Amino acid sequence: MLKILKYTLFDLLRSRWSYLYFAFYLVFTAALLFLSGDVSKVVVSLMNVILILSPLIATMFGVMYYYNSRDFIELLLAQPLRRTHIFWGQYLGVALSLSVSLLLGIGIPFTFYGIFHAAGLGHFLTLLMDGIILSFIFSGIAFLIALRHENKIKGFGLAILMWLFFAVIYDGLVLMLLIWFRDYPLEATSLGLALFNPIDLSRILILLQLDISALMGYTGAVFQKFLGSQMGMLLSFGALLLWLLFPAWGIRQSALAKDF
Amino acid sequence: MKRRTLCFLLLCWVMALQAKIIVVCASCPIQSVKQAIEQAQDGDVVRIESGVYREGLLLVDKKISISGHNFPVLDGGGKDEILIIHADSVLVEGLEFRNAGRSNLKDLAALRIRRSRHFCIRNNRIFDAYFGIYVERSAQGCISDNQVLGKSEKEATSGNAIHAWYADSLEIVNNYLSGYRDGIYLEFVNHSQVADNLSEGNLRYGLHFMFSNDDEYGCNTFRDNGAGVAVMFSKRIFMFDNLFDHNWGTAAYGLLLKEIYDAHIAGNRFTQNTIGIFLEGATRIEYRHNLFKNNGWAIQMTGGCLDNHFSANDFETNTLDMVVNSRVNNNTFNGNYWSEYAGYDLDRDGTGDVPHRPVKLFSYILNQSPESIVLLRSFFIDLLNYSEKISPVFTPQEVSDQSPLMQSVL
Amino acid sequence: MITIRNLHKAFGNVPVLQGIDLEFSKKGTITAILGPNGSGKTTLIKSLLGMVIPGKGLIEINGIDVRGQWEYRAQIDYLPQIARFPDNLTVSELIAMIKDLRNQNADDARFIQLFGLEPYLDKRLGNLSGGTQQKVNLTLAFMYDSPILILDEPSNGLDPVAMLHFRELISEEKQKGKIILITTHIMSLVEEMADEVVFLLDGKVYFHGTVSALKEQQQESSVERAIAAILNVKKKHKPLEKPQPVLIPDKAFSFNIST
Repeated sequence: MLKILKYTLFDLLRSRWSYLYFAFYLVFTAALLFLSGDVSKVVVSLMNVILILSPLIATMFGVMYYYNSRDFIELLLAQPLRRTHIFWGQYLGVALSLSVSLLLGIGIPFTFYGIFHAAGLGHFLTLLMDGIILSFIFSGIAFLIALRHENKIKGFGLAILMWLFFAVIYDGLVLMLLIWFRDYPLEATSLGLALFNPIDLSRILILLQLDISALMGYTGAVFQKFLGSQMGMLLSFGALLLWLLFPAWGIRQSALAKDF
Repeated sequence: MKRRTLCFLLLCWVMALQAKIIVVCASCPIQSVKQAIEQAQDGDVVRIESGVYREGLLLVDKKISISGHNFPVLDGGGKDEILIIHADSVLVEGLEFRNAGRSNLKDLAALRIRRSRHFCIRNNRIFDAYFGIYVERSAQGCISDNQVLGKSEKEATSGNAIHAWYADSLEIVNNYLSGYRDGIYLEFVNHSQVADNLSEGNLRYGLHFMFSNDDEYGCNTFRDNGAGVAVMFSKRIFMFDNLFDHNWGTAAYGLLLKEIYDAHIAGNRFTQNTIGIFLEGATRIEYRHNLFKNNGWAIQMTGGCLDNHFSANDFETNTLDMVVNSRVNNNTFNGNYWSEYAGYDLDRDGTGDVPHRPVKLFSYILNQSPESIVLLRSFFIDLLNYSEKISPVFTPQEVSDQSPLMQSVL
Repeated sequence: MITIRNLHKAFGNVPVLQGIDLEFSKKGTITAILGPNGSGKTTLIKSLLGMVIPGKGLIEINGIDVRGQWEYRAQIDYLPQIARFPDNLTVSELIAMIKDLRNQNADDARFIQLFGLEPYLDKRLGNLSGGTQQKVNLTLAFMYDSPILILDEPSNGLDPVAMLHFRELISEEKQKGKIILITTHIMSLVEEMADEVVFLLDGKVYFHGTVSALKEQQQESSVERAIAAILNVKKKHKPLEKPQPVLIPDKAFSFNIST
């Protein structure tokens, strides 16, 4: 698996798309830091971009890479290699190359800014971690969708729809639910609903870091208990890790049953 | 202020020429503070050398100075109050008060000033008292450079660091107040000044006005209190150059205004408070040159707020700048800086060409369903806010800044 | 040795293999797997490699049931019908990578020289012509010395010189005593090289025997004519109940050379 990962990474790190992605983050982060200079402010601005863009790019990369390397996968399948290792290797390669672009694109400007001696280091690291985890989750789900749909157009459409669902539609549904049933106690429900969307989870993790927990605690006791303590952090993080396992497991199941 | 102190010192010096100094120490002829006070005449100085004095309640009923050297400790033995001043023109300085009594029935204080004029309490330390300094029916006093530290855990069973009731013309300056219910509590206190104090880690308020008029407070720091300052049922309070920092938690405010009239709030900094200013029934208030930065809500305005005028304030990176819960209001916003403002300035006059509307749709939604705070800063909410901004439906039209500044004021 | 028993495979509702029984046990034998489009040639080969998972039946290679296994593929060299490689890798990196993945002794230098790939070694695969890619493909298939060699349409896109080298190579591998399976549409190649022929029709083995036995059975002088005869007879005597769909599982990604 490590070998497949190595070669996928190798292949992708030469792709101009990786560089474009890296360059985008580099320029964007540098511009934000240059214009504002306040780490918390930059983290919030970056958060909005990373929470939307990194899942989108990961989704598109995941789908595209799978379809593009479809024939190559056949070549690999004829080699004495485990199936799951081939697909995991490729998936991890895609996710890792995205993460490297993100890490360097954001990391370099912050390093020059001197983040390692600045106050907002924790915020910055949480943001980075969120971006990386989201890249893994969404490229994994995209890979899984592509694996299950031979039709490129269908696969691509479904993957984009999946992204749209998690990035926008889900929150809209949650909001509608909260407003419709506002006469009922919904604190636990609203927190529970957030666990089922990795983008929401990542957002809450950053907000917790940004000390917004007290603000959220304003609404009620359950929020305060959840968000004001380490428990909220641990639970969100745990749920995010479960989200990481889901595509890996799905890829394994699909890969084992698939004909090429 | 300075001049007054100088006059006072001069007076002391002149008096010292004729007055005698009674020294109290373990090896002196007089070893008891109580005995020294009894022997003293008006104008005398009781000088207490360092040591621990366990003498129970001491009553000062003549015009004398009590001056500690190297912070002698007055230990109250945990039963009663330690020192009661019941005379005019008394100076108490350089003492350390320990083990004052606590009671759930009586408001016991380490140091009580009762019906006194021209008193001065300065440079003392008070530890773990129920009430620290308690002023009642007194006037023209100064309380300065004291440290009042407590370890209060519950609001119901704790008192205030400095408590004044029916007083006039007090100067409360440069004290450090921490660990009580309120840092400073003023009830029926008029024409007084609170300046340069640091009030932090108190359970309820850093500073609390009730039924007090014509007072001012400035250059104080209120940090990590249940709420920074509460001004209630008071008139003509001038609030300037204070720092309200990190009053953070459930229902925590930087500044709470309730039923107050004709106040000026200028040059203050509100940073990292759950709510910067919470207004309820606040009328005829001017806000100028204040900075609101990184607060949860900069301003929450609930019912009955009339004639609040905001100009030349900075609203920077607050989660939400403004919540207005009343439909009808005549409050104005003019020429403030809003970091949220996304307009442009084509005529380059320094103010944006389109008005800024600080109340977001999300504020309205939060009002309907507080739980939706979990969606804070989500992309969907951003979309909603944006569409509401373009064509307002739910948020009050009239709350808007017609000339938002392009650059911050401060 | 390859044993196939009662092999079934359907894609969705469309049956592709319907009870294949075959045995390839003679070393040094070249078997040509023939059949019209959609007869299941590629599916059969992919089942051997574990790329297609059979619905029913048994495949044993050297006495091991291959279902869910992967180590046995070290015994097989495979030339896929078409090969596309990661665009950003160079030829030498690709070869190094396969060597790294398989971890077996490989004689790549010889084939690079044979197919004249030296000038392309540092070129990216995305920039190579189809013919050159096929040469790379051949190199990857031949550079190992495994007892089983499976070639799916090996002649695609080869120039005459390369074709000549290819024929020589096949004979050479045969001399080494390998079991060689070839699918092809070029009947002259079959006639010239194959020892045995498997003819698949509608997912079943219609004929399995030597080339001469096939010609004899159909009383034709060439393999081409023999096969045409089979197909004609079939059309005449047993009209298709319904038109047989031409289905190849990876249709979306491969092109098809029709007979």
